[in-house]
Amino acid sequence: MLKVEGLSVSYGQRRVLHNVSLEVNSGEVTALIGPNGAGKSTLVRAVSGVIPLDSGKISSDDLSRHYDLRSLPPMQRARHLAVVPQAVSLPPAFTVWETVLMGRTPYLNFLGQTSARDEQIVHLALQKVDALDLSERRVGELSGGEGQRVLLARALAQSTPILLLDEPTSNLDLHYQVSFMELVRGLARNDKLAVLIALHDLNLAARYADRVALLVAGEIKATGTPRQVLTPELISDAYHLTVQVVPHPFMDTPLVLPGK
Amino acid sequence: MRRIPYLWTLLLLALAILLSIAIGSVFISPADLWRILTGWLSATSLSESLQTFAFIITSIRLPRTVLVLLTGAALGGSGAAYQGLFRNPLADPYLIGVASGAGLGAAVAMSIQWPYTFWGLLAVPLAGFLAAMLAILLVYFLARLGKTVPTTNLILAGVAFSAFATSLTSFLMLRSTGELRRAFAFLLGGFTQTGWNPVLTILPFLAIGLGFLVLSGHALNLLQFGDDQAQQLGLPVTRAKTLILVAASLATAAAVSFSGVIGFIGLIVPHVMRLWFGADYRRLLPLSIIGGAGALLLADVLARVVMAPQELPVGIVTALAGAPFFLWVLRRAKNQGYW
Repeated sequence: MLKVEGLSVSYGQRRVLHNVSLEVNSGEVTALIGPNGAGKSTLVRAVSGVIPLDSGKISSDDLSRHYDLRSLPPMQRARHLAVVPQAVSLPPAFTVWETVLMGRTPYLNFLGQTSARDEQIVHLALQKVDALDLSERRVGELSGGEGQRVLLARALAQSTPILLLDEPTSNLDLHYQVSFMELVRGLARNDKLAVLIALHDLNLAARYADRVALLVAGEIKATGTPRQVLTPELISDAYHLTVQVVPHPFMDTPLVLPGK
Repeated sequence: MRRIPYLWTLLLLALAILLSIAIGSVFISPADLWRILTGWLSATSLSESLQTFAFIITSIRLPRTVLVLLTGAALGGSGAAYQGLFRNPLADPYLIGVASGAGLGAAVAMSIQWPYTFWGLLAVPLAGFLAAMLAILLVYFLARLGKTVPTTNLILAGVAFSAFATSLTSFLMLRSTGELRRAFAFLLGGFTQTGWNPVLTILPFLAIGLGFLVLSGHALNLLQFGDDQAQQLGLPVTRAKTLILVAASLATAAAVSFSGVIGFIGLIVPHVMRLWFGADYRRLLPLSIIGGAGALLLADVLARVVMAPQELPVGIVTALAGAPFFLWVLRRAKNQGYW
């Protein structure tokens, strides 16, 4: 599981994350929601180690061992935690296979030589996201949904117990949003991954997340099950918009509707 | 199949070497070349006319050919590295001002009237390297906009800095006497220095610089996805970028120190290699190094024959071919949304 404690981050003088604490259990999907500019992407970047922290602890725990991710060098850290960024402006030159193979970086020597085992893992990762038939295509030519699946496969090839996703569904149409979230939830369940996914769409969070964390102005306002967090009071307050929450007509999840 | 690109570029290089040794004020036919070679190998004495040819080869053609070869290799390799590092198809040691910076450094070192020995000459690429590092840092910070380095900014800052450095270099040359006057063709890029000393002097710089670049193909591949993703995939980004920058600048400085500022090889060669053989930097870097050597040798041969017996500075030839190519790439880059 992923454990974030007391995380604070500033851009220059401006504090963008303040004392954020969060736990993401293995086998579960935790959705990170909040209005634009609340710091969702910053949190993903901070946890992945690409921006400096003011303070805080980031650790990965499995049954027997505890790893302090913050103190690990990038290569070690990349064996614990993989990130799926938004599939925008991918370099035109690489094929899908080459791109996913780059997920094996943390296990390669300094020359980047890959072994048959690496190829096997890449094959499996592409299979899991149902993108094996894209192998020879160039990533620059993929559609949004295809690109997003390929980046997910690349993260899976890193063979990490923790997966972070930064608003992967925001450029996808309805069909791809649903199938992508199904895929992510399946991976969390079957491979026992701890998944933290930043989401714009509250109803996707309601439907696919096991737990929801609400981030507002750099602070965690609430965490809990979708039903506990997606309440009219919390959401109206966070988004400065009156919302109603009704039961989903044919699913056992809350449904957030803007307006009176 | 993966060996084929190397086969082609090595064939091109071999052809270029052959032409560079054979062609000049005196033409040495391949048959004569073969006779001289077998004569050397079997240690038999050569006929008188062949001895003259052999002398021309060992004392003039061969040192020059090797110097041109190394220079081209350095320009091709560093060009590919800069393009990968800045994720910018128009980065070239010449266009981003590194070459002119290194040229200025080398000119300063030369104006201190160095003794024409190995150690005296070593100061030239060293000064060139330091100036190249300063130049690249300056241009990079001038061009940087937040976290990105837009192509136009990079080229503008590079060209402006280039003009500044070049005029300082010209100034140094004009106010100097004797030794430096000889290096006038330096400005346009030309191989006026002869003998083996320049070759030996730049060899350590090149070996370290290009050697490291060849090993950094995987890192450059990762960097194509941006700094964040590269680091999330496990690359220590800051360290990798610094090392690549230093290595590319070492190679550029070595290239510029005795051959002057030669433009466009570092732009054209990696581009052509990418078009032909794909953008995997693990392959692109060695191919650009081999291709750069071949391309500059051919340009140098052309520079020798176009106005024979006079010699054109090779920089003129590369610019004549390179500037239109640059404009074409600029257009293509624009269409692909680089800026």
